[in-house]
Amino acid sequence: MTTKRTTQQVETQPRPGQQPLVVTDLYKSFGSQNVLQGVDLTAKRGETVVVLGRSGTGKSVLLKLIVGLLQPDSGSIRIHGQEVVGLDLEQLNEIRKKIGFLFQQAALYDSLTVEENVAFPLSRHTRLSDSERRDRVRNLLASVGMDHDLTKMPSDISGGMQKRVGLARALALDPEILLFDEPTSGLDPITAAEIGELIMKLKKERNLTSVVVTHDVHGAKSFADRVVLLREGKVVIDGPFPELERSPDPFVVQFLKDAA
Amino acid sequence: MPARLPEIATNWFVTFFEWFGELGLFCGRVARAIVKAPWEAGEFVRQMDAIGSKSFPLVALAGAATGVVLSLQTRDSLTRFGAEAMLPAVIVFSLIKESGPVITALIVSGRVGAGIGAELGSMRVTEQIDAMEVSAVDPYKFLVSTRVLACVLMLPLLTLAADFSGVFLGWISSTLVHPITFRLFLHNGLKNAAMSDFLPPTCKTAIFGLIIGIVSCFQGMRTRGGTAGVGRSATSSVVLSSLFIIVADVILVRFIQVFFPS
Repeated sequence: MTTKRTTQQVETQPRPGQQPLVVTDLYKSFGSQNVLQGVDLTAKRGETVVVLGRSGTGKSVLLKLIVGLLQPDSGSIRIHGQEVVGLDLEQLNEIRKKIGFLFQQAALYDSLTVEENVAFPLSRHTRLSDSERRDRVRNLLASVGMDHDLTKMPSDISGGMQKRVGLARALALDPEILLFDEPTSGLDPITAAEIGELIMKLKKERNLTSVVVTHDVHGAKSFADRVVLLREGKVVIDGPFPELERSPDPFVVQFLKDAA
Repeated sequence: MPARLPEIATNWFVTFFEWFGELGLFCGRVARAIVKAPWEAGEFVRQMDAIGSKSFPLVALAGAATGVVLSLQTRDSLTRFGAEAMLPAVIVFSLIKESGPVITALIVSGRVGAGIGAELGSMRVTEQIDAMEVSAVDPYKFLVSTRVLACVLMLPLLTLAADFSGVFLGWISSTLVHPITFRLFLHNGLKNAAMSDFLPPTCKTAIFGLIIGIVSCFQGMRTRGGTAGVGRSATSSVVLSSLFIIVADVILVRFIQVFFPS
């Protein structure tokens, strides 16, 4: 895939020794509400980090800060060693091309068909011919089990299918980092398990670095290499899932009990 | 309650000036998006169709109704003063100088302003605009600048359509009472008209288009609060753009009188 040349000199290629994602001492507040209070997070190449926590603890805000949809009050976010905080829009867009984002409600463009949704980033950032683009879109949709219903509108497909299409769109520019915002929320258990399997399949096939924000503790157990538990904007635990299960912290115990 | 009045008034003033401040910043971002390549030609053409072609029947109908009403209403008055021969000129001048531009702008602000406000508002609350930004596509370029430019370009053309249908139906209404050929009707209507009577009022509708595009995109892009917020954005887009069109018309009419005297 040929990417269009840009005038901005932003380092977006992985450099040896640089972690794909390093978040350091991140603070974010909305008015008097302190959402994130000194969050640290690191994701290694090919690692799936799951961010758990109760509603309102700043999990989705963390993802939006990483991708530059929100600006932090202080702290640092480095993608392959490149500081993201404070970049201008064009520099930020160069970084964004290396990040895929699956939104909680998929956020498909409702005026475009399934096929056009996945083609949208390709038509703007690559020099593929129409037939090459069509083939790539079909391959992407096939990889998430959605190579049928290409001409359907997002409103005509189920929530699970919308998430699959959203995932295909997130993968369109061959990202190195994939961010998932509640990928299994609002889905029945079977579809949620299918999405979980898809996340594991992507990790295996593409060696992607993923950050998954979720309430789904069972899903997290199956696809997480590492779990980060947030409480009131602070990291309570950062480690493999068994460490979470072994923790004597009353909050962690209660959280796992409520999730069971 | 009376003790809280100063606080309420202060909040109202702060909100009022904040709104204009945000609008100023928004206009700056739109201006940058318009002048900087790459341009979204496909989306621009689609918006010209949505805003222009699809508004045409409504605008033509409104212009036609205005022409008929002008013909019916003014005939009596003119006959009373023995100036019935002035009827074509009254219809033509009324339509091209004021009725056509303002009625077109108000009709388009109702149809297009509400549509843009609701569409962008819905995209905002369903995170579609965030998804666009994450895909490294500037929504100000793809969504806003294309709609604003389409409004600016389409308003004068729609005004011409409203003017023509108004004059044509005005003639039909007139000729049913006193038969007259369309050619003679037009000749009588335009014999004392100059380009300065026609061009500035038609071109001022580009400003009305700018108002509709900017206000409705601005209201849509800053939508908060789910479906209720989308409804508020649609309503406020129409109300504010109509209000600004009326205010702008007063200023522009005076401007035209000063800089393009008849």
